[in-house]
Amino acid sequence: MTLNRKTAPDVAKSGPALATDHLTKRFGARIAFSDVSFEVGHGEVFGFLGPNGAGKTTTMRTLGTLLTPTSGSATVAGLPLTPGNEVEIRRRIAVMPEAPGLYLRLTVAENLECFAGLYEAPDPGERISRALQAVKLTDRAGDPCGSLSKGLRQRVALARALLSDPQVLFLDEPTSGLDPVAARDVHELIDDLRQRGVTIFLSTHRLEEAERLCDRVAILNTTLRTIGRPDELRERLFAKTLTVRTLAPLADPDRLFGGLPAVNGWRPDGPGGYVVTVDDPAVAAPAVTRALVQAGADVLSIGSSQHSLEDVYLELVNQDAELEANHP
Amino acid sequence: MTVSRTRIRAIFRKELREFRRNRQIIASMAVFPLFFTVYPIVEIFALPSSSASALAQRQPLVYMLGIPALVPAAIAAYSIAGERQQGTLEPVLTTPIRAEELLLGKALAVLVPALAVSYGVFGIFVAAIELLAQPAVTAAVLHGPEVLAQLVFTPLIAALSIWVAIAISTRSNDTRVAQQLSILASLPTIVVTTTIAVGGLRATIHVAAAFFVLLLIMDSLGWRVVSPLMNRERLITGTKS
Ligand SMILES: Nc1ncnc2c1ncn2[C@@H]1O[C@H](COP(=O)(O)OP(=O)(O)OP(=O)(O)O)[C@@H](O)[C@H]1O
Ligand SMILES: [Mg+2]
Repeated sequence: MTLNRKTAPDVAKSGPALATDHLTKRFGARIAFSDVSFEVGHGEVFGFLGPNGAGKTTTMRTLGTLLTPTSGSATVAGLPLTPGNEVEIRRRIAVMPEAPGLYLRLTVAENLECFAGLYEAPDPGERISRALQAVKLTDRAGDPCGSLSKGLRQRVALARALLSDPQVLFLDEPTSGLDPVAARDVHELIDDLRQRGVTIFLSTHRLEEAERLCDRVAILNTTLRTIGRPDELRERLFAKTLTVRTLAPLADPDRLFGGLPAVNGWRPDGPGGYVVTVDDPAVAAPAVTRALVQAGADVLSIGSSQHSLEDVYLELVNQDAELEANHP
Repeated sequence: MTVSRTRIRAIFRKELREFRRNRQIIASMAVFPLFFTVYPIVEIFALPSSSASALAQRQPLVYMLGIPALVPAAIAAYSIAGERQQGTLEPVLTTPIRAEELLLGKALAVLVPALAVSYGVFGIFVAAIELLAQPAVTAAVLHGPEVLAQLVFTPLIAALSIWVAIAISTRSNDTRVAQQLSILASLPTIVVTTTIAVGGLRATIHVAAAFFVLLLIMDSLGWRVVSPLMNRERLITGTKS
């Protein structure tokens, strides 16, 4: 399966699939999320990350018309989020909630039959068998949901979300509790849906999942901390660096690294190790290599350091935690 | 506003399937009717025919209207609390279903089996009287108007019980508590029917007409009061937006 992560979200042409503008939801005095603004293009896979209690589920419930926002506005599946549009919005979206929420006394097929009816699907039998195929549960159709394992229930909930051929699909931690193979199946399914042009709003605690699947991610911690492509976020948050390892410590690293093109500074990283901050690794790396060779150093390795989305996430969330500790 | 029959039917069928597989509900449907047939059986079958004239002062059949008061209360108490306990409200509420459709589907799914049980038990009872009771007793008990009243009041009383029980259910997290409260709430109706049955209040045509109008009003009020309780935010969080 191919990833076309670079597909630009087609926001300008037809308006966003999802948009929020200063959206806020409070429960009494408790702020669930506040002042959240973003846009998601049609066919985009949008990752929604954040620590426990950050407001991810509440945001999804608000966009899914279950909760009324306290203030701000939103567009869902191309429609303004207003009481008059709620039924039409719900026709265009599907939500897989945090808990599968299956009727445990009913079989898998009976659960799906009920929801096919609620969506007034014209060809319920066909849709149900397609949805079951998509999550590889065809052979369990007749089993009571109460007899399924946690992961299998999760997959039934996913099948249920696929029944209505939604334009926008909200997935709240779809792979939590799944084994690695089942999680990979879900990832492939998401890739598949992306290819069919479905907009996916994905909340997850698995950062490698977000990095692999999402065109863009947002990090929420009651307020929106950042938003962008995973690689953009890395660049925005972390200075670009080269890591250099030599057999023996350099005699005068200051003189060696100083004055090289595109190099801003350096710091030691263990004996014979140096982290060199640079503007552009493509310019700096050859210059650093030449300088090292000229100085007669025995170079073990030079590499540009990679920060993962996890580093970005931890950095932002830790900043918030420190802020809170200093200003309780 | 147009309501979708497909969606109402989807809820209706789902509810009936769940009821059929819920032992507590099956037990309620079986046990409560027994409770309301004991008194008429004693009155009608155990008495010597010489006291048939005494029977004419009472209306033992009316006692059986306790069935449409109690059975739907016990079942309808599950309607929302049961979904909340299973965590199934959220997925249902994210579908295009309207609050009114959900309410109608759930109410009908209780009304149909409740009517089947009430009419079924009543029918069997009448047949038993015809076949087994002494002719004098049969004549004293089976009056046309009373049989008709039974048929007319059964759905009206059942509907009232359903509205009250669903209202309780929307506010409850626990099906047992909801069921106990709903049964408690149907007691006033049972007090009235019992009073009539034992001869404490003579159900003349005027009394019957007054109750008929009262029940009609309460049933339509019930719909108006319960519909707004089906507000999505309230059902999900327990508080209104
Ligand atoms: N019905 C409610 N009433 C009051 N507070 C609520 C309610 N629902 C959520 N909250 C609060 O709103 C905040 C956001 O909760 P939410 O469930 O959206 O977080 P989340 O990001 O989904 O967390 P997690 O990763 O644990 O799923 C939390 O502080 C939570 O306690
Ligand atoms: Mg959550």
